Amino acid sequence: MYDIVILGAGTAGMTAAIYASRAGYKVLLLEKEMYGGQIVNTEVVENYPGFQQISGFDYANNLYNQVKNLNVDFEFQDVKSLDELKKYNPKTIILALGARHKKHEKIKDLNGVSYCATCDGPLYKDKTVAVIGGGNTALIDAIFLSKYAKKVYLIHRRDKFKAEQKYIESLNNVEIILNTNVIDCIGNEKIEKLILDNNQEIEVDGVFVAIGITPNTEIVKDILKLDNNGYIIAGEDCKTNIENIFVAGDCRTKEIRQLVTASSDGAIAALNAIKYMEEKNGNKK
Amino acid sequence: MEIKNKQEFEEKVLNSNKKVLVDFYADWCGPCKMLAPILEGLKNDYEIYKVNVDNLQELAIKYAVMTIPTLIVFENGEIKEKTVGFKNENQIKDLMD
Repeated sequence: MYDIVILGAGTAGMTAAIYASRAGYKVLLLEKEMYGGQIVNTEVVENYPGFQQISGFDYANNLYNQVKNLNVDFEFQDVKSLDELKKYNPKTIILALGARHKKHEKIKDLNGVSYCATCDGPLYKDKTVAVIGGGNTALIDAIFLSKYAKKVYLIHRRDKFKAEQKYIESLNNVEIILNTNVIDCIGNEKIEKLILDNNQEIEVDGVFVAIGITPNTEIVKDILKLDNNGYIIAGEDCKTNIENIFVAGDCRTKEIRQLVTASSDGAIAALNAIKYMEEKNGNKK
Repeated sequence: MEIKNKQEFEEKVLNSNKKVLVDFYADWCGPCKMLAPILEGLKNDYEIYKVNVDNLQELAIKYAVMTIPTLIVFENGEIKEKTVGFKNENQIKDLMD
């Protein structure tokens, strides 16, 4: 029997676990893949208050160790339906399901197709790569890759980038192709060529897709209210349309998805879950 | 666990008569660092080796390692399974059992 079951051990979920556990509640934290969440793939974090510079890995690992030192039960489990949580008899649930990179509908999952430049970029030393996308991630990827690859294409479907100006200004040694869609990719085991709708064909060793993120909310789509993009609808109080289910982090409808807003959500969701238990069940631990 | 050169790879991995797990990793890869302590914890239960793809690029190319971590299970010198990305302890046991 648990007071709070948290799904997802990224920044939001682990922060929620810290707050709930420190308040004396019994917490189970479940993770389907890797604790730490998306930040593990970030080379350096420079905008998290209190840390001038920290690698995504070190940050995530510190957070994980902080959780492990508290009285939190942690398990790897790929939860496919909230019904599976019934055996834990949770009083409240916090969904910190996170988000993943959006797939490109024309790009098959061949060898050489990646969604993470900082993970795989250095493997393309002296090779030719293409980045698809026009936001911050796409530009950061292109800039990062240009340090390793001999040639970097940046393909964007619109006529200008959505990314911040400082990234646009840092695009050196990158061939920019605007107003262009990728309509096919050629290759057997390994990606070889991209076909573009401007009649251009480019030979590549690798393709990095950075066209945004999509929330991991499939398991609650029939239970909770989601917006058109699949995000769980909830305000800054992290309350969903079901009174004992709370949502935190990237899978919630919100304007700004950053490390610091994920931890903020984690704290709020945990404290509101506690408030709910205290009010509803007279649950004084 | 660290394979230092091609020759050692041949001896310890390809010529082994046991199932061998090889972790292709790099120092700059976060998920690889997450995986490291898990493999460390299993090294007495299974035959596990690590290949740094920056130091042994030749092997990374030969086994088409395009994303890391890549885990490859070898048996009698042949690839039995290949997976990419972080795996937890149970998933690694599943690969090897």
